[in-house]
Amino acid sequence: MTYFKKAALAVATGAVLAAGTAQAETVTIATVNNGDMVRMQGLTDDFTSQNPDIELEWVTLEENALRQKVTTDIATKGGQFDVMTIGTYEVPIWASQGWLVALDDLGDDYDVDDLLPAIRGGLSVDGSLYAAPFYGESSMVMYRTDLMEAAGMEMPDAPTWEFIGEAARAMTDRDNEIYGVCLRGKAGWGENMAFLTAMSNSFGARWFDEDWNAQFDSPEWAETLNFYVDLMNDAGPPGASSNGFNENLTLFQNGQCGMWIDATVAASFVTNPNDSKVADSVGFALAPDNGLGKRSNWLWAWSLAVPAGTQQEEAAKKFVAWATSKAYLELVAENEGWANVPPGTRTSLYENPEYQKVPFAAMTLDSINEADPTNPTVQPVPYVGVQFVAIPEFQGIATATGQQFSAALAGQTSVEDALANAQALTVREMDKAGYPK
Amino acid sequence: MARAVTLNRRLFNTGLAWTLGLLIFFPILWTILTSFKTEAEAIALQPALFDFEWTLANYQEVNSRSNYPRFFMNSVIIALGSTLLGLLIAVPAAWAMAFVPSKRTRGILMWMLSTKMLPPVGVLVPIYLLFRDSGLLDSRIGLVFVLMMVNLPIIVWMLFTYFREIPGEILEAARMDGASMKSEILYVLTPMALPGIASTMLLNVILAWNEAFWTLVLTTTKAAPLTQFIASYSSPEGLFYAKLSAASTMAIAPVLILGWFSQKQLVRGLTFGAVK
Repeated sequence: MTYFKKAALAVATGAVLAAGTAQAETVTIATVNNGDMVRMQGLTDDFTSQNPDIELEWVTLEENALRQKVTTDIATKGGQFDVMTIGTYEVPIWASQGWLVALDDLGDDYDVDDLLPAIRGGLSVDGSLYAAPFYGESSMVMYRTDLMEAAGMEMPDAPTWEFIGEAARAMTDRDNEIYGVCLRGKAGWGENMAFLTAMSNSFGARWFDEDWNAQFDSPEWAETLNFYVDLMNDAGPPGASSNGFNENLTLFQNGQCGMWIDATVAASFVTNPNDSKVADSVGFALAPDNGLGKRSNWLWAWSLAVPAGTQQEEAAKKFVAWATSKAYLELVAENEGWANVPPGTRTSLYENPEYQKVPFAAMTLDSINEADPTNPTVQPVPYVGVQFVAIPEFQGIATATGQQFSAALAGQTSVEDALANAQALTVREMDKAGYPK
Repeated sequence: MARAVTLNRRLFNTGLAWTLGLLIFFPILWTILTSFKTEAEAIALQPALFDFEWTLANYQEVNSRSNYPRFFMNSVIIALGSTLLGLLIAVPAAWAMAFVPSKRTRGILMWMLSTKMLPPVGVLVPIYLLFRDSGLLDSRIGLVFVLMMVNLPIIVWMLFTYFREIPGEILEAARMDGASMKSEILYVLTPMALPGIASTMLLNVILAWNEAFWTLVLTTTKAAPLTQFIASYSSPEGLFYAKLSAASTMAIAPVLILGWFSQKQLVRGLTFGAVK
């Protein structure tokens, strides 16, 4: 009997051990190489100590490589990833295709109502959250307070394009290589077209009317592009058609830009005295408007989503809940300081007195709240997205359109021709894709 | 007088070759120099060539963030494995085409070359599905196989060019002495074509080492080679050039060293037909 008891105990112990081994799960996370993401990788001990049965594997890639890879994987149900870092552009498209797991059950203490409404709206389809925001951003004006003062002007909190134009021309001093305004000019759907699409919203333009007819032949687009090209010719840096985020960041940090209208995340870079020569003289304002009720700021959130078909759904959700929780924000603040907390996701962060001391916190929140992805334009549109149109065809069309507009900025083609070409190629691609659907 | 002209021409040619060589090498030199700069110096509008504060901080950060030995070993296995497997298939194929040509040999060779003209992304989805269904995603064996297929046309063409230079009579003599086909290839052809096989091998190791489409798309963690190691250091929002340069230098160093020591064979391999 004793022998049998021992044998039974041994079998039971073996079974428990085997079950334990079987339960040890590996969650593979695809992510981009942005500062906040890298910081998260360094803090994952906190997660694994709370969840010793879950191992984390990271795949960090450049944004375009990551987009290609996760798109291929999810479209073919390859199952290589359990958590994917995706943006507000992908979420509505992928969720509609049934490629993402709904994240409506991230735990009782997750407090989903604390997510900023604009960000939550951009990541939800039919009322269900399909990706949890890791950090959110809008765009705003960053300007040199000293140059503005020297020009005898004062930046309002909510400037108009007319003011930006006047100020940029007044601040420009080409002999000393100081340029009034630095804006994106490099071709790409996430480069110049992100900026120009958001800018066009404030001029009353739109990509498509309610029947999906391309609108580049409208007077609003002509006004947008003429204003942009004239402004950059008068007050922009040389070679602006090659400048994206990083190039303009370099110019601004070197003290060569009077104003820079770009992602709110740049605020922490330009105010960091270790990297920026002008850290002490930077002010912030909302992205400009034209008095039509829409500003030219965009909305983006790098978010964590769980692909449908993952074998590790519960473990993946646990990780997503941890990385986008209030507790994670406090963990970062404890280890790296409040200025390094991932911004733009939770209301409670902006109510925190410690975070309110961060110089760009209030303007970031105001900028995010000004953007409405479900109602982005002055006139009605059939699409979602502020600086993009959330349809699969947009990446290709906008990149080709961006090349036309970049050529207009470089002086290789006229604004009229660039718009005519953009109209023709958009009509052709939309016809090919079968719109209106 | 004739001697002076020859000397002038020689000096001119040498000068031109050095200028071209330095121009081609300059981007690599610039990457290596940038890897020792701070991020701010790396993007300075008036960049310094040598006059900057040298730092190893980028290498330290890259080493602390990434498991370099794992990426390196994957690159070695994938590059060597695909090349050796390719040679195993290409040597008999090139032998047949060079010494027992048929009416269709030329057509087959051209067809093989034409597969290189297809953009890889055109067959991405079918290959991805095949890999998914065979359980080969993120596996070294899968990558060995796919890179072998990608480079096979080049291996066959290079070996074919070599083998054609070898007189068929020597092989005939071996056959008359009673050598089997296997012995003929192994003991007669291979030793004579060894320099050619070596340079083909070197070139294909370099091509497989640098391949950055399939190696990025078909791997995640276990089989990821150095191309993915480099790709993880580019950032759309934030300065990254110095760290990216450090990662690139670490990734290209082995192949640069290999290329340096084997440049004679490589040059000979690439110009074999022309100088014969």
